[in-house]
Amino acid sequence: MATLQDFRTNENAWWCPGCGDFGVLAAMQKALVAVHANPATTAIVAGIGCSGKIGNYINSYNLHVTHGRTLPAALGIKLANRDLMVLVAGGDGDGYAIGMGHFMHSLRRNVNITYVVMDNHVYGLTKGQTSPTSEEGFKTKTTPQGSIERPIHPLMLAVSAGGTFVAQGFSSWQPQLASLIQKGIEHPGFSLINVISPCVTYNKVNTYDWYKKNLQNLDDDPTYQPTDRSRALTRLHESDEMVTGLIYQEASTPYEALIPGFRETPLVHQDLTVDETTWNKILSTLE
Amino acid sequence: MLAWKIGGDQGEGIDSTGDVLARVANHMGYYVYGYKHFSSRIKGGHTNYKVRIATTRVEATTRHTDILVALNQETIHRNFHELENGLLLADSAFKPVLPESASAHLLTLPLTEMAKSIGSVMMRNMVAVGASAALLQMPVAPFIDYVTAKFEKKGEAIVAANRKAVEIGYQRIVDEYAALLTFKLEEPVPGDRLVISGSDAIALGAIAGGCRLLCGYPITPATEIMESLAKWFPLVGGAVVQMEDELGSITAVIGAGFAGARAMTSTSGPGISLMQEAIGLASVTEIPAVIVDTQRGGPSTGMPTKQEQSDLLALLNGGHGDTLRVVLTPGSVEESFEDAAEAFNLAEQFQTPVLIATDLSLSLWQQSVERSRLKASAQPIRHSATFSQEDLLALGESAFQRYRLTDNGVSPRSLPGEINGQYLATGVEHGPSGKVSEDPVNRIQMMDKRLSKLEGIHQMRDGFKYEGPMEPVLILVGIGSTVGILREAATHLPAKVGVAWFRTLSPFPTERVQSVLAPARHILVVEQNALGQIRQLMTIHGIADSRFDSYLKYDGVPFLPEEVVDRATPLLNTLEVH
Ligand SMILES: Cc1ncc(C[n+]2csc(CCOP(=O)(O)OP(=O)(O)O)c2C)c(N)n1
Ligand code: SF4
Repeated sequence: MATLQDFRTNENAWWCPGCGDFGVLAAMQKALVAVHANPATTAIVAGIGCSGKIGNYINSYNLHVTHGRTLPAALGIKLANRDLMVLVAGGDGDGYAIGMGHFMHSLRRNVNITYVVMDNHVYGLTKGQTSPTSEEGFKTKTTPQGSIERPIHPLMLAVSAGGTFVAQGFSSWQPQLASLIQKGIEHPGFSLINVISPCVTYNKVNTYDWYKKNLQNLDDDPTYQPTDRSRALTRLHESDEMVTGLIYQEASTPYEALIPGFRETPLVHQDLTVDETTWNKILSTLE
Repeated sequence: MLAWKIGGDQGEGIDSTGDVLARVANHMGYYVYGYKHFSSRIKGGHTNYKVRIATTRVEATTRHTDILVALNQETIHRNFHELENGLLLADSAFKPVLPESASAHLLTLPLTEMAKSIGSVMMRNMVAVGASAALLQMPVAPFIDYVTAKFEKKGEAIVAANRKAVEIGYQRIVDEYAALLTFKLEEPVPGDRLVISGSDAIALGAIAGGCRLLCGYPITPATEIMESLAKWFPLVGGAVVQMEDELGSITAVIGAGFAGARAMTSTSGPGISLMQEAIGLASVTEIPAVIVDTQRGGPSTGMPTKQEQSDLLALLNGGHGDTLRVVLTPGSVEESFEDAAEAFNLAEQFQTPVLIATDLSLSLWQQSVERSRLKASAQPIRHSATFSQEDLLALGESAFQRYRLTDNGVSPRSLPGEINGQYLATGVEHGPSGKVSEDPVNRIQMMDKRLSKLEGIHQMRDGFKYEGPMEPVLILVGIGSTVGILREAATHLPAKVGVAWFRTLSPFPTERVQSVLAPARHILVVEQNALGQIRQLMTIHGIADSRFDSYLKYDGVPFLPEEVVDRATPLLNTLEVH
């Protein structure tokens, strides 16, 4: 059985000391151990951003794609080899700005992949510009007078777009975060775990202390049931998404199980030669 | 050889009517070529479908029409000039008028009335089919058999109505216009042929080449590939995913390629523009991917239902950075099948994206193709150099070098699932292990490694084909659907004329082009774009001198063989004077 060590690479993480991404990395590795993952059968797709470096530090098959395109790549991997455990990680800019279209459609498509968004409300790698999750008035180099756009609400979007597993964690609250990622991996469909992962360099507003003061932990509320879409939306709305825990989950059949004629045996293990009978059957549709 | 055409409003079943004629003629042993004229509207607007019926292979349409079936007056106005001494069959319902200048015989039949007499106006086109069979002096039996088989699933009543429609159409012509039946086809040449389009051929080739996943976004005129595979993939365990855009389509293909599957996307110019960044990613991460560009009139939405070959330079150079592009250019339906299959072999063997440039005319128009040219077994699957699980176990942990430097630039890969094969595939420059590196020496090594793969591909492809005499006076050079047009033009030209065409634009087959063109006294490069993109490429590769001339067309309409003949004839004349 794989240990934490098995999911580490010999590279030192490149992030600024104190960056929330360290916590996301640690929680992902813990979750992989908890679900008895095997590095050889785990694929991780990472986006572009400080967050996107995460793949460099997890021993697995890693694909580091163009900015915003993690989710389609993960879909391709999963359909090519459904035996793989496929995880995706990237920033809020990567997922909710340039990659927003894929985010929405991945929610409704429901391929069995786990999406961990490392949300710091700012663009880190490009050295501090506003992000779609930045709050109104947030001052950055591209918004010196403060952002005049409303922030998007990824969790409410996810719940209303048909997401079958929606959760939020905080990089400092390791046991809960690791357990949410674990549940996400175990969920047979698309799982979103938005992780609050503070940027200590470019975001001096949404700091660790700020989050600790403002976040409500759903685990502390025994009355909350994550099975009701409209209650989930209400809770998210009332709290302005300042909650951690499992927000919504429903029973789901993943996309790949619904494709007509798609086989249990992964594509990559199939014999690609077409027998005469099948070939003639195909040609006969052209007669 | 005869040319038959039917015209009417879009949405009136013109296509399926033409299809019936083409399929029956093909079945009887004729070679057919169907050309559809359509506009970017779904319903309404003039449309017509022309079928050439011959005893040898046809790959182009023609200026002339022998028999025109008109379902409205607009059809007559737009097409009568093609009818030199031809027959015009029109529905008397719209009181057809033949313009004074026309040199055609007008035959009228109450097609709509006749259809109503057997139950429904819907039968009108079938009455026209029956009448057309008589006008072409073809036997009616094969048409009856065809409609019987075609409508079998819809029940006896429908079959009976269709049979009746064909029969009464046929009989009325025989009874009323026997004296005008002057056209007669030669004896058919029995064979086993299918009427297919280039899109069908690409979809078939993809399956033969082991493709089991297509991720795409609908776009004219590429969607047919996706639709055909959606129909056929369930038979072989494959899947079509309709993505949210082309950015997603290509990236999903890359993901699948990374995991070891053979995957493709099909699009047209606008989609290619969106995919450029990711094609670069596939190059630098050395992940196989197959991308089909069915070219249409550009830029932007351009002329989406019109023929053009103007994406060539974008396919070669449209991405940022120095990337390796493999661009295959099939010049016929048969070559579309072969190249589609081969694209997957090359992509996997050389771990790189492979683009196929086809065009609207080659993709959409149907023609008779020998079944023997469409054999999956004739396209054996070649795999990439890989590390097997045993190799990797023997190598031990953390020792595998995904991007190890090799002589031919290809590094044996591991596939997800294999123990000890884990690595990072990243668009960031990396060293042999896959780890990110901006070391200048490494950068040069890795760039050169990737670019050197072109040489291996060059060795495997005959990138420039030639058909014609040993000592040609004139060589017509083309690409894609133009090739068939040039072939036909050459048969009508008096002098020693050869036809040459590109099968590969990258790696560019420089030496082969030079040697093929060397004996010619004149070279006419015929291409369907405004910039002379093929000429530009030839020039970049040092192939340019006073023998070269361009024939460009960018009005959205395919070249006609007659136009090429007209353009080439004076060239031959001046040459003969010297
Ligand atoms: C197509 C494209 N546009 C822009 C960029 C530049 N870029 C790199 S990362 C990034 C945003 C990063 O922000 P985020 O996704 O929130 O990640 P973080 O760095 O904060 O982890 C941008 C705009 C790029 N790499 N590619
Ligand atoms: S800039 Fe911000 S997000 Fe990037 S590594 Fe530093 S702290 Fe983390």
